[in-house]
Amino acid sequence: MVEPTPAVPAAAAEPAARFTGFSLWYGTFQALYGVDLQVEAGRITSLIGPSGCGKSTLLRSVNRINERLGYVRTEGAVAVHGVDVYAAQNALVQVRKQVGMVFQRPNVLPLSIRDNVIFGHRLHSRGAGRTTRADEDAIVEGALRQVLLWDDVKDRLNRRAAGLSLEQQQKLCIARLLPVKPRLLLMDEPCSALDPKGTEAVEELIWELRGEYTILLVTHNMAQARRASESCVFMLLGKMIEHTPTDEMFVTPQRQETADYIEGRYG
Amino acid sequence: MFEATDLNRRDARTQRLVRALFLLMTVLLAAPVLLILGVLLVKGGTMLSWDFLFTEPTNGMTAGGVLPALVGTVWLVAIALLASVPVGVAAAVYLSEYAPDNVLTRVINLAIINLAGVPSIVHALFGLGAFVIFFGFGTSILAASLTLAIMTLPVVIVATREALQAVPHAFREACWNMGATRWQTIWRVVLPNAVSGILTGVILEVSRTAGETAPIMFTGAAFFLPFLPASVFDQTMAMSLHLFVIATQVPDVPEALPYGVALVLIGMVLAMNALSIGLRTWLRQKKKW
Ligand SMILES: Nc1ncnc2c1ncn2[C@@H]1O[C@H](COP(=O)(O)OP(=O)(O)O)[C@@H](O)[C@H]1O
Ligand SMILES: [Mg+2]
Repeated sequence: MVEPTPAVPAAAAEPAARFTGFSLWYGTFQALYGVDLQVEAGRITSLIGPSGCGKSTLLRSVNRINERLGYVRTEGAVAVHGVDVYAAQNALVQVRKQVGMVFQRPNVLPLSIRDNVIFGHRLHSRGAGRTTRADEDAIVEGALRQVLLWDDVKDRLNRRAAGLSLEQQQKLCIARLLPVKPRLLLMDEPCSALDPKGTEAVEELIWELRGEYTILLVTHNMAQARRASESCVFMLLGKMIEHTPTDEMFVTPQRQETADYIEGRYG
Repeated sequence: MFEATDLNRRDARTQRLVRALFLLMTVLLAAPVLLILGVLLVKGGTMLSWDFLFTEPTNGMTAGGVLPALVGTVWLVAIALLASVPVGVAAAVYLSEYAPDNVLTRVINLAIINLAGVPSIVHALFGLGAFVIFFGFGTSILAASLTLAIMTLPVVIVATREALQAVPHAFREACWNMGATRWQTIWRVVLPNAVSGILTGVILEVSRTAGETAPIMFTGAAFFLPFLPASVFDQTMAMSLHLFVIATQVPDVPEALPYGVALVLIGMVLAMNALSIGLRTWLRQKKKW
């Protein structure tokens, strides 16, 4: 599925996400230690590392979803397309609109398939700028086509989304982000609840979205990182250890820890 | 090679014993309910008729029906619900969806728990002081209902909070991630999915208030008032107080009468419970997950 990566365009001036000296504490437990990382726009960057190393935490710092926990404290900065997401003047809602997230377990809303897809869009087009039913239909179709789900569900858009297979649900979870037009998609082990066939299908979809969206993909599965990403970040114990193009990381890792992990010396 | 050892046999005996003991406890639990219903039906069943429900008491409450008390109880419970549900639901939404985990929140939670522990006679005196005298509602349906409302507030809050917490957290995160505000999340996803739980919880708990006597005794329920209330500032008869009165205060009441009144009162409560179960089933079927 993965063709040799085309020559990567010179890193855009402005990364889609930039962490500078970013640390995070859950209460007194420090989960992230001064992470410096630039996620290039328009590419798929995968985030690997043993479980508990802070991958999810890093991801959840970008859309500030960790904040509901009263005991989380951060230091340093996270910028999305140059704008600090933690800056007081930026509305949380706007940050979340620009940064979509896909979770480990597909979390479709208890609504129909159609309403799931259009949910986000409706939140942001109310009052005067309200979309007509026909436009909504077009948006739903567009999003579902983009996630390769349209042909499966076009005859049952009004059925409940929870009735879909897990693979289809996960695709739906990606589809519903698209109408909101996020600049960055965060995916936290999006395939870990799926069977091998589902995994393959969702990976294919992620690959399809490349270029149009910037994707930061957490995975526990190195084969997946290798297949589905162009750039790869290795984390260990809350620290960013290495960030290199995927092909290089798996062939000539620069750091000993990375090599050990890739060779399976710790899980 | 698979023969039971002594130890196995002893374990099996213990098993049977424990099981029997727990079964016994369960039966003991159900027995009073069945006994109460049985005795009431046997002794008061003959009283039941449409006339009994729809006429006024006569002959110094030794004959006739229960209409004013029945209507009064419906009024009292309905207005109490109207007052306590919006406040209780709003408070529960705040506590479970917005409130940070800080000292103030904990104090409020503690207050709610303690409010639930206040004896009903104390609520009655509070209602008398606050609604009847201070706010000047007089002894009236309004004052009695508000007293009942305050009494039911903690259970409304707890029932609502449980219903809200039963909505999977993943739904909220899904909404936030599309840029929904907290309120949009609550309004579009959390409440619609909690409503069946809220309704059932609230109705189940509140149906008990129909039987409360102390809180309405000083605040709005009348001993004998053989007409229907015209406004919320009137006093009214109520089933619970009526039962107390004819059972203990009025001479020469036929034996079956108090049992009949009790049957009607229990019937009202059971009807409300049945309604809440029906409602829950219906709402569950509409759910999309
Ligand atoms: N809500 C939380 N409260 C306290 N500690 C947490 C919380 N979430 C994660 N952690 C801790 O932070 C560390 C990183 O967790 P996480 O980011 O989930 O790791 P990963 O996704 O790489 O498996 C772990 O040690 C975990 O125990
Ligand atoms: Mg994780």
